[in-house]
Amino acid sequence: MTKGLRLTLSYLFLIVIAVCCIYPALWVLVSSVRPGTSLYSATFFPKTITFDHYYELFHSKVFQYDRWYLNTLKIATLSMIFSTLLSTVSMYALSRFRFKGRQTILSTILVLGMFPGFMSLIPVYIFLLQLNLLDTHAAIIIVYAAGAVLFNGFVIKGFFDTIPRSLDESARIDGASHLQIFYRIMLPLGRPILIYVALTTFAGAWVDFIFANLVLRTKEKWTLAVGMWDLVNSYQNSNFTMFAAGAVLIAVPITLLFVLLQRFLVQGLTSGASKG
Amino acid sequence: MNRHRNTAAVLSVFFMGLGQLYNRQYWKGLLLLIACAGSLGYFIPNLVHAVWGIVTLGDKTGGFVKVGKMYEPIKGDHSIFLLIDGLIAIFLFVVFLIIYIMNIRDAYRTGKQRDDGGGPATFRQTLAYITDRKFPLLMLAVPGMGVLFLTIMPIIFMVLLSFTNYSMPQHIPPAKLVDWVGFQTFVDLLSLKTWSRTFLGVFTWTIVWAVVATITCYFGGLFVALVIEQKDMKFKKLWRTIFILPYAIPQLISLLIMRNLFNGEFGPINNYLASFGLGGLPWLTDPFWAKVTAIVVNMWVGIPVSMVLIMGVLTAIPKDLYEAADVDGASAFQKFRIVTMPFVLFTTAPILITQFAGNINNFNLIFLLTNGNPVNGDYQYAGSTDLLVTWLYKLTLNNSQFNMASAIGIIIFILIASFSIINYRRTKSFKEEDMIQ
Repeated sequence: MTKGLRLTLSYLFLIVIAVCCIYPALWVLVSSVRPGTSLYSATFFPKTITFDHYYELFHSKVFQYDRWYLNTLKIATLSMIFSTLLSTVSMYALSRFRFKGRQTILSTILVLGMFPGFMSLIPVYIFLLQLNLLDTHAAIIIVYAAGAVLFNGFVIKGFFDTIPRSLDESARIDGASHLQIFYRIMLPLGRPILIYVALTTFAGAWVDFIFANLVLRTKEKWTLAVGMWDLVNSYQNSNFTMFAAGAVLIAVPITLLFVLLQRFLVQGLTSGASKG
Repeated sequence: MNRHRNTAAVLSVFFMGLGQLYNRQYWKGLLLLIACAGSLGYFIPNLVHAVWGIVTLGDKTGGFVKVGKMYEPIKGDHSIFLLIDGLIAIFLFVVFLIIYIMNIRDAYRTGKQRDDGGGPATFRQTLAYITDRKFPLLMLAVPGMGVLFLTIMPIIFMVLLSFTNYSMPQHIPPAKLVDWVGFQTFVDLLSLKTWSRTFLGVFTWTIVWAVVATITCYFGGLFVALVIEQKDMKFKKLWRTIFILPYAIPQLISLLIMRNLFNGEFGPINNYLASFGLGGLPWLTDPFWAKVTAIVVNMWVGIPVSMVLIMGVLTAIPKDLYEAADVDGASAFQKFRIVTMPFVLFTTAPILITQFAGNINNFNLIFLLTNGNPVNGDYQYAGSTDLLVTWLYKLTLNNSQFNMASAIGIIIFILIASFSIINYRRTKSFKEEDMIQ
């Protein structure tokens, strides 16, 4: 095979894949500004462009998109903060200290990660009911934050393990306390993994609908994902373009963040995969 | 002399905090006294009832009782609430017991210190000791509590459920009681024709799915990565950014979009096929094609992740290996077979197993794309593309077959655990974590 042929084939192949990657996203973007409501369209690009669907999302009585947007932003931000904090602090303890029961805790984290997550849906639901926390955003944030420790644990620990221990030993000699070492040494050096964890928990809270759907009962408290799920289930066939508009609004912030911060994602994925 | 240590320990056994007070640690003693009094105030009325609830799961059903001419509702025992309340109380009690034992040990130690001539630690010293020497445990306490009550307790609850008959239509509280039935649920799942047929079908598809989905994504990602990483390719960064797009779009959105793209009647894909003069395919409505669609869509979602991972590995391969191969006159394919492939496979083997386990549990893809459909008449509450997890979900939330769902959850756990243990034994972080440093 000559060099020219190989390169041509390679570029051709990459272009085909690129089209496959972009097409669905572009299609939804275009659908969201297409007049009418149907899924079917004769041409890919519409002859006229309309922003009615976006307008309707925010102004119709059935949808409270602005409210859901604020709710989601609040829940995602707070769970991001709490889960990043909790998981980094606990993994700092597990990565840096040797104490009785440490191996047991590590194994427990590993085993717990193997149960299908929503096996615990019903008991958590009843538990929240007993605590009078149903239909509150606090409940969702607590559950996400507690779950993140299990979910991200090994990614963070793997990264912390690679930070040379001589650094905190010398800080220790200089009289730093454990907490000082944590936020002066571990956090700055662990920044890539911190961003990875923050980003994935934010995105997770942004789009989770299974748990949110179970806990949030009143429409004013819903998140975007729950509202979207409702929209799909009740209007999908009759109002596809509106679904498209909603989808664009949910996807754009996350997609932008992911693409902009892809360097950190790559690092996180690699670190998590080899588990240290 | 062991006067102080014994007196303090005995006092602390008698009531939490007394030993500390005796040791003249007034603040600590007072705090413990209050904590103990509060805890006892909770446990004395609740603990016996909790154990009773777990053992019997309640003994009277709710309903209406005729009082004179009127029917009055009476509150029956709600078996499921009894079970959860019982679990919560027992968990709290275990936490309490641990603190109690620590309190006795502390009193004994401080007493010993006094016997040996030292003074008791001041409150300030105690605080300093905890934040310094017990730092890791202190940091783990809050997340630990969260995990204990929001993950471990629910899992134990679900495991317990699989030994009950909690299911529609006969045993749904508050109208009816739930009873312990031992292994009956598992026996039913494997021996009753309707259940065993569904279980076998769904189980087989889950395994086939996990194998095919993992292999297609892995080798697809490998191939794309190899093409991009060729020495003379241009725009490497651009390609990578474009190909990472499917990973960046939230799955909730991208899968719902896919569902529409593959729509048999109005979806664009069948439109294009029609415009080329080809008949449309029943992408999501035919059992076989729905499975094919699921695997294709999963490639779309999964290849970017594999690609990114493998690109990382490729850049880590030592250049001198290739140079040595060049000296020996190896062809491009030989270099791939002898250098690249073994290196990539060796480094990514754990990922392969993790992804396999992840695919067994790939709830999002099936639930959002096909919702387990098309319907399969032979199956009990499951469709043709349902995986064990999505079946579990349907059994729990749509059909209230809680005991069956729990049994399936346990089976999934055993399945995943056996794969993960293989993986676990290989990972560096456990075997040689102290060697990295």
